[in-house]
Amino acid sequence: MDVHHRRNQILSILAIGLGFVLLYLAQKYLTSYQVRILNNCGLFITLAVSYNLINGVTGQFSLEPNAFVAIGAYTSALLTLSPAEKAMSFIIEPIIWPLSVIQTPFIISLLAAGIVTAIFGFLMGFAVFRVRGDYLAIVTLGFGEVVRVVANNTQTITNGPLGLKALAPYTNVWWTWGLALITVFYVSRLVRTSYGMAMKAVKYDEAAAEAVGINAFRHKMLAFTSSAFFEGIGGGLLAHLITTISPTLFTFFLTFNLLIMIVVGGLGSTTGAIIAAILVTWGGEFLRFVEEPINIFFIHIPAVPGMRMVIFSLLLVLMMIFARHGIMGTREFSWNWVVDRMNGLKFLLRNRG
Amino acid sequence: MDFFAAKNLTMKFGGLVAVNDFNITLKRGEIVGLIGPNGAGKTTVFNMVAGYYEPTEGTITFSKNIINGKKANEITKLGIARTFQNIRLFTELSVIENVMIAYHCRVKSTFLGAVLRFPLYRREEKMMHEGAMNILEEVGLASLAKERSDSLPYGQQRRLEIARALATGPELLLLDEPAAGMNPQETQDLVDLVIRIRDNHGLTVFLIEHDMKFVMQICERMKVIDYGTTIAEGTPEEIQNNERVIKAYLGEA
Ligand SMILES: Nc1ncnc2c1ncn2[C@@H]1O[C@H](COP(=O)(O)OP(=O)(O)OP(=O)(O)O)[C@@H](O)[C@H]1O
Ligand SMILES: [Mg+2]
Repeated sequence: MDVHHRRNQILSILAIGLGFVLLYLAQKYLTSYQVRILNNCGLFITLAVSYNLINGVTGQFSLEPNAFVAIGAYTSALLTLSPAEKAMSFIIEPIIWPLSVIQTPFIISLLAAGIVTAIFGFLMGFAVFRVRGDYLAIVTLGFGEVVRVVANNTQTITNGPLGLKALAPYTNVWWTWGLALITVFYVSRLVRTSYGMAMKAVKYDEAAAEAVGINAFRHKMLAFTSSAFFEGIGGGLLAHLITTISPTLFTFFLTFNLLIMIVVGGLGSTTGAIIAAILVTWGGEFLRFVEEPINIFFIHIPAVPGMRMVIFSLLLVLMMIFARHGIMGTREFSWNWVVDRMNGLKFLLRNRG
Repeated sequence: MDFFAAKNLTMKFGGLVAVNDFNITLKRGEIVGLIGPNGAGKTTVFNMVAGYYEPTEGTITFSKNIINGKKANEITKLGIARTFQNIRLFTELSVIENVMIAYHCRVKSTFLGAVLRFPLYRREEKMMHEGAMNILEEVGLASLAKERSDSLPYGQQRRLEIARALATGPELLLLDEPAAGMNPQETQDLVDLVIRIRDNHGLTVFLIEHDMKFVMQICERMKVIDYGTTIAEGTPEEIQNNERVIKAYLGEA
């Protein structure tokens, strides 16, 4: 295959090592606000990259991540809370057995979040992949709403609109970026296997994919369930990052944010999803000032909550018109490309000096 | 028992009878043609055989299985491969990827085995690569393996689609207008190619074509349909001199 395989592997390991050194320094020296942004970046990389697997790589335009994240968040939160804490916060109606007595370590709760969400995704897949195109988008959007409504109304499991409070703040940069690394590893490897090629085939031409023996349904299910697994774990991390969850947290807004990321990054490109997840998360923080009251000389602009969403939506519209392929198109980062550029640069410098 | 048989196939779209009581049997190793004017129902026959449409009536048997009602990808796995009238390659993938993909349905590794690159998957990946390369060699596209498939000229895209179909390991190959859009030289090369792959892979070929020169050269037997109904069958010579066929093509004069 690639003659530079070994070298690239070493470069990747070095880059990851360097990344973790930077994370160590960051969480040691940055302010807690900055560390929170860093956590959000890691988390959104996971969510965007796994969402991209079904929407970008397999080409099945669907709108369910808020449902997956919600399921993961609730699963994990219900497992880390102690029985005493649960008894205390379920004031309207008591929590059902066995949830009332179970408590697990954080990591187990995360795995459970991934598995429960994957099972949910798997079952949901049977229903939603009977349709495609716009219908798929609508049906999956519906599922997101259903999950939220159910969370609001199953008082004895989710504590309804009151939500779950005072979760232990287990999530830190190691968890968020560790999960991001695993997700990126899984997705980028998967995309390069024949399974991933089959997913792309389904995206480009489903009828032709069937003609070469590819079971389109099974590959959609694989992408969807994988996506659910990582979104679920991401939900668990999110819950223990903000330490309070309630149904209002998991509206379509969350999905819309992720959609912006994968479109800006370039549908189908993992590299693009990573870059855009960081840009949008960081940019969202940066743009906070537009929602505050602004005084320019004598002009006073009052605070406009939601202004950032307007800007992001505009950005999305402009992308659709002028740069449909996003930052990366369907291309991916590659060490060969980097090394080639470096060699080119060296050559340039030598010829000058 | 016949290698392949279609009995009393009928396909209705609402009130339109696209194919009416179509019958054919194929023997192993034959090259058989299906011709007829535009809109006669030829592609519809293929779509039924390949599992894209479920026949309104009739049965299709292929090496002892009744296959109508099965899904397209299952039929491909059983050994019937097809090409499309309007080329349908995976345009953004490379030439070799377009062929490698056709081996995927026989991959034994699970997706986790593939992601973790277990030895079984590595072996399978190597086999897919080598298999695809051999087939590209055979159809004369090996030197273009790394190109994007939509960068090829039209005639070569048609060959690539045949290569992709071959890689699924078929016993019966359905070619829907393989010579469409080809110049005379390319068409002549295609005649050689089809005969060669038939011999090398022990195929049976069932093809639709409008180019009469091509059909007459390559087919041992053919069937003519018009408005969904079979109007003639026989050897190329018999068809050429058949009154009804001439009328169907030229219109009632
Ligand atoms: N999915 C469909 N729904 C409705 N009508 C269809 C469908 N597919 C084919 N038809 C109709 O069936 C008839 C036969 O079409 P078919 O494509 O089989 O013709 P053909 O012999 O392949 O023609 P051509 O030589 O132009 O390719 C046509 O009238 C066509 O409009
Ligand atoms: Mg046709």
